[in-house]
Amino acid sequence: MEALAISLVNAVPLLAGVPLWAVTLLLMVVVAAVILVFALTFEGVGSLVLRKVAGDIQARIGPNRVGPNGMLQFLADGVKLVLKEDLIPANADRLLFKLAPYFAFVGSFAAFVVVPFGVGLIAADLNIGIYYVMAVTSLVVIGVLLAGWSSNNKWALLGGMRAAAQIVSYEIPVGMALIPAVLIAGSLSLQDIVRSQSGLLGIFGWNLFHNPFTFFSFFLYFTAAQAETNQTPFDLPEAESELVSGYNVEYSGIRFGLFFLSEFGDMFIVATLSTACFLGGWNVPFFNAGTLPWIWGNLFSLGVFLAKAFTMVLIMMWVRWTLPRLRVDQLMRMAWKYLVPLTFVNLLGVSLWLLVFKGKGIPAMIASLFG
Amino acid sequence: MTTRTDALPTQEMTINMGPQHPSTHGVLRVILTTDGEVVTRAVPDVGYLHRGLEKIGERVTYAQYMPFTDRLDYLAAMNCNCAWAWAVEKLAKIEVPERAEYLRVIVCELNRISSHLIAFGSYTADMGAFTPFLYGIREREHVNDLFEMICGNRLTYNYARVGGVSGDAPPGFLEKTKEFLDYFEPKIDEYNNLISYNKIFVHRLANVAVIPAEEAVAYGLTGPNLRGSGVPFDLRKDEPYSVYPKFDFKVCVGTGERGTLGDCFDRYMVRINEMRESIKIVRQAVAQIPDGPVLAKVPRLFKPPVGEVYFRSECPRGETGIYLISDGSVNPFRLKIRTGSFVAMNIFEKVTKGLMIADIVAVIGSFDIILPEIDR
Repeated sequence: MEALAISLVNAVPLLAGVPLWAVTLLLMVVVAAVILVFALTFEGVGSLVLRKVAGDIQARIGPNRVGPNGMLQFLADGVKLVLKEDLIPANADRLLFKLAPYFAFVGSFAAFVVVPFGVGLIAADLNIGIYYVMAVTSLVVIGVLLAGWSSNNKWALLGGMRAAAQIVSYEIPVGMALIPAVLIAGSLSLQDIVRSQSGLLGIFGWNLFHNPFTFFSFFLYFTAAQAETNQTPFDLPEAESELVSGYNVEYSGIRFGLFFLSEFGDMFIVATLSTACFLGGWNVPFFNAGTLPWIWGNLFSLGVFLAKAFTMVLIMMWVRWTLPRLRVDQLMRMAWKYLVPLTFVNLLGVSLWLLVFKGKGIPAMIASLFG
Repeated sequence: MTTRTDALPTQEMTINMGPQHPSTHGVLRVILTTDGEVVTRAVPDVGYLHRGLEKIGERVTYAQYMPFTDRLDYLAAMNCNCAWAWAVEKLAKIEVPERAEYLRVIVCELNRISSHLIAFGSYTADMGAFTPFLYGIREREHVNDLFEMICGNRLTYNYARVGGVSGDAPPGFLEKTKEFLDYFEPKIDEYNNLISYNKIFVHRLANVAVIPAEEAVAYGLTGPNLRGSGVPFDLRKDEPYSVYPKFDFKVCVGTGERGTLGDCFDRYMVRINEMRESIKIVRQAVAQIPDGPVLAKVPRLFKPPVGEVYFRSECPRGETGIYLISDGSVNPFRLKIRTGSFVAMNIFEKVTKGLMIADIVAVIGSFDIILPEIDR
């Protein structure tokens, strides 16, 4: 960020008199605003697409009243959420009740900072990128647990407890399934991980095709991440047909909206992580976006990245509208008896592969056969 | 020495499930006592939809009571209509034209299909898969269209009359019915592919709330709930009424194919398979239906002889028994209605002991209860 600030100061003579920290701060605020706008737009459009996809899958029409073909439905929903009365139950723990949605929202939104949208499009290329994502998304569980506890509602409490147990359990397989990508890239930075997957026509360098273990770990990650973000078939914390609405049952208005947004944010983060770590990130198949002029290369890679990520989101929606829900003991059994051992074995497999074949993947070996 | 439980004593939590809860299929209230997620006791509390249907029966004439039977089970109003008609006809010894009996069987079985579709759909929705519910609704619309064609209504049909049915099938009705059956039959396989044998779905239902056959009989379960435990008891076969003996169909029973005999999955599968049998019956009825009048000449105000009668018929949710005492006047002296859903509530507390909260939902759904039947 500071390097960018220096180059900005050098480029614009008007800024020469301004202290460097002010420029950096300004830049940070601008970038944060851009990301926030993007996140909110994605979440709004995402909710619309979700409902449209749901309508399509469920043999009905979906929203079609607000704006052309229902396109503005998300705006109407957003306005409605803001205008709704903000109810706080009489016996709720008011402070925690008000605090909880922010934890959930911040947890999912903060992860957007390290999403590698394009060749140079990343708000902060932290050298601990993946670790950072894992850390901040853990805030969501605190929000959900607080919401369940502070509502003073037994259904909400059950939902909060379920969420805590579930998210904490599934964080282990999620982390373990992501480590293969880190091992191959030799870096925790998401941008480095994406760069490590370039080459070989931009598609055979993907970690997905690196070796059988990484192929497997993509699916392990996707499954575990679905559970970590409370998506169907693991949506137990908000199991509508069991817990009424789960941890957010007492929330209304914009506080409910924040939970809603954080859910979509989580969905997108899962999609971006699986894209960045396994599907080559912004690497364009059969083409090297880095050779283009800065602006075109970025736009191009941004489009490719979003296309991949949205495909993953659509798959998540598809799963969501197809599968029934697990029971809570089955969910825990799945985490501890299947996913955790599998991800560990898988990690071992990837490590051995990298050791034995000196870091080369199957496509690279095939390519070297042909010179 | 203080143990951890002394320092931090835990206690069971009482949760009120309902009467406003998405998965109690209406205004059923269940008082849960839970230890974490495990339910130590679940007591159903019925009565939130009590309308005094039995008492009303004593105040209106036999013919006037027909619309009230629509409200006895709004998802299978045809079956309830016909049950009332059959009971009164048995009491007053009224001969019904054969064409009317065929039409009754056709609409009853179509209604059984639409009722089981809702049972199937709402059950999958309870299990967290909302999509099959809407598929069930989509197919049910076709049945509703057929009923609208024959009697003008889509939910509360009021189609049967004492002595026959309110009107003959309009031209094209039987063809449309056949078309619907041809359209619908392959859909059942589609449901099975989509959800019935889905691994998660099977895991949620198999071995949950097992009811052994003797217990099911002892608690008086009827209909699919009884057959799910492997007891091949179907009033259409075992105590034949109307023109049912003329049709060839099979009594579907639970097989324990994915778990234990009598678990939730068996009860669910019985309903799925019964839809196929109903299709078979309707096909035969449509093929064999004779010409003739559809309503016997019954005076509007008739006085059945003094006496009593108990007539039971196979409704989608089990045996609907109508007990009528006539004192020779124009309205019944006493009316008692026995319904399958209410009886299923008796065994509820017993089978839910030690299950998890999510299983309670599975049990309620597997009984396919409907609240107006429970409370009447």
